[in-house]
Amino acid sequence: MSVLLDGLSLGAIYALIALGYTMVYGIAKMLNFAHGDIIMVGAYAILTLLNTTGNPYIGLLAAIIVCTIFGIVIERLAYKPLRGASPLAVLITAIGVSYLLQGVAQLVFGSTSKPVAQPGYGSVFLFGANISYTTIITLVVGGIIMAALTVFVKKTRTGHAMLAVSEDKGAAQLMGINVNRIIMLTFAIGSALAAFASLFYMWQIPSVQPTLGAMPGIKAFTAAVIGGIGSIPGAMAGGVLLGVIEKISLSIPAVSNYTTAIEFSVLILILLVRPIGLLGKKRREKV
Amino acid sequence: MMLKVENLQVNYGLIRAIKGVSFSVEEGEIVALIGANGAGKTTIMHSVCGLIPKSGGTVTFLGNDITDTPAHKLVYQGISQVPEGRRVFGELSVRDNLTLGAYTRKNKAEFNETLAEIYERFPILKERSNQIAGTLSGGEQQMLAMSRALMSKPKLLLLDEPSMGLSPLYVNIIFDMIKAVNEEGTTVLLVEQNAQKALSIADRAYVLETGNMTMSGTGAELLANEDIKKAYLGG
Repeated sequence: MSVLLDGLSLGAIYALIALGYTMVYGIAKMLNFAHGDIIMVGAYAILTLLNTTGNPYIGLLAAIIVCTIFGIVIERLAYKPLRGASPLAVLITAIGVSYLLQGVAQLVFGSTSKPVAQPGYGSVFLFGANISYTTIITLVVGGIIMAALTVFVKKTRTGHAMLAVSEDKGAAQLMGINVNRIIMLTFAIGSALAAFASLFYMWQIPSVQPTLGAMPGIKAFTAAVIGGIGSIPGAMAGGVLLGVIEKISLSIPAVSNYTTAIEFSVLILILLVRPIGLLGKKRREKV
Repeated sequence: MMLKVENLQVNYGLIRAIKGVSFSVEEGEIVALIGANGAGKTTIMHSVCGLIPKSGGTVTFLGNDITDTPAHKLVYQGISQVPEGRRVFGELSVRDNLTLGAYTRKNKAEFNETLAEIYERFPILKERSNQIAGTLSGGEQQMLAMSRALMSKPKLLLLDEPSMGLSPLYVNIIFDMIKAVNEEGTTVLLVEQNAQKALSIADRAYVLETGNMTMSGTGAELLANEDIKKAYLGG
């Protein structure tokens, strides 16, 4: 049971990150490979504030602000000038931005790992196992954020505009929707979600270093593809599935060393059976 | 003068698609642009409403220069377009499509009033309001696309090939709708390959050939013109 809850909570982290990938893909039709490094940016923001104020939630607030600004600035400076360029050029640019962020982090914070002081919230005895409060907080907050995002997209004017842009940019403009604003907003939301993921992810790791975002980034991207890239519920389902698989695999001594291999095998298997991902939609080719 | 297009030029790379076209639309009119496939009708439509950049010329709407105004801002000024191929949001419900059509309007009461008018005119859209738009038939989608455009209460409605791919029955329904909308006070600029139909409802029309305007006149004049008959009306 505790393995399952740990898995769900890790899955919530992956899902929060995967939402950033999938929303940006859905709206801007690009793979933002610098998204993982936004987690690293958030982690350093939290660490800095944690070391000066001792309060992780002030750190979280700072991370949300810093990540959102980074997301918007990166979109404006790196991706917006490439609107309409070949997807390959955009992809390479995203990889370049990823290395740029890592390089700048090395310059500013050094390349050595900085230890993370864990909050020490203790744990509670639930379902016949000790469940740490950090796991519970991650699960509950992650769940609330995802529910809120779902309601936002389905029920609000701006949410509808996002769906319209993701389906047909030209037709969306004819409705009076400012497509550039919607794309900027998508980057902002994705980056803010990544800031939450930064805090929760830090509760799972011993130290922070400039390449910290790479692994959760690639795992969350895998989760987004498993769920069907472009699909919001898909990213949530894919993230949770991957988190649970990871924790279960880690808990079985015989296979724990092969955990990452198992996760990517799941990706390959799912794509073999269902190339559009679990909840992905077939796109009709427009003539 | 509602819309005035002067010496419009559009290039695709080195290809000059529109080579200096001028036309105008008076308030209350139905004006048609007719021409064969590839004459540049859709290109004119897209460049007038800012979806593709112009290489030269000016566009004025109600006295304002809108040559460089981006597409989404024109909706706020009162220009609404039904694009070629309908382009309804196929993954969203009929109602969500109509809601998006009213994206520029924030008054809830006015929105409900316009929605009720649309539902009254097209009971089938009301019946199917929760249905996913992609599952509608082509004719129903055209109805939805026009209704979606009308949700913004436009002063000028741009219609790009509204009859394309529709059964004769739906072509008649759509053209009746265009006339009705016009009689209620909306000015219409219509681009059509179906010259017969377009000329029969147009107050005035322009003939387009490979990027140039070659002729203009009232709908009735052009319908009676021998050259037009030969080229576009099948004899």
